[in-house]
Amino acid sequence: MMEAVLQTMAGPLTVADWISWFCIGSGVFFAFTGAVAILRLPGVFSRMHGAGMIDTMGLGLILTGLMVQAEEPIVIVKLALILAFVFFTSPTTTFALARAAIHGGVDPAADPTPKADPAPAQPEETDPSRT
Amino acid sequence: MTLFSAAAVGILATLALVMVRAVAGPTVFDRILAVNAAGTLTVGLIAVYGFLDGRPDFLDIALLYALINFIGTIAVTKYVKFRDLGHPARSPQAEEGDV
Repeated sequence: MMEAVLQTMAGPLTVADWISWFCIGSGVFFAFTGAVAILRLPGVFSRMHGAGMIDTMGLGLILTGLMVQAEEPIVIVKLALILAFVFFTSPTTTFALARAAIHGGVDPAADPTPKADPAPAQPEETDPSRT
Repeated sequence: MTLFSAAAVGILATLALVMVRAVAGPTVFDRILAVNAAGTLTVGLIAVYGFLDGRPDFLDIALLYALINFIGTIAVTKYVKFRDLGHPARSPQAEEGDV
């Protein structure tokens, strides 16, 4: 698939282009896999795993592949800034969300596997016990 | 360029999958998680579009979007947990932390 796309391009690819293709292709693959995990895994805590995959492997590899294509040093600095920021904010967000979910009544130890379809609402969803 | 176009299309497909979970998520935490992931993917999409358009200055917007995405997610999470954004740090529930 990827090689077919590459052969239709005019001219030979440089080494930087090969590295960019590898990094960005892998990043998009990991991001897509994380999205499928968010869509298919049961329960909010296992879906956080997919979100973490998008944040680390997906965005990390995509921005690394863009760094190879950068022509000015400031572009690389900006991409590194985005990577460093996401590196710190992604676990923080997941931590806060996990604590909020536990506080909100979602039991991490419960088996969230749906019987037939993940679409029907979990019983923990609509508890109005919180003020 | 073909590389950036393919990356943009892949990120858009990923965004579509994530937004399905944001709409259909059973609990509000699933929706917050999906919207946060969508924001992260939007950062990547803005960066890729900057390169696709030949103007990497778009990275400033991507950096700002990452910041706002983090602050917004934390704010929404705090609001869902405490039902109040002005919740004091020390409260009857203070042993569980502020965030």
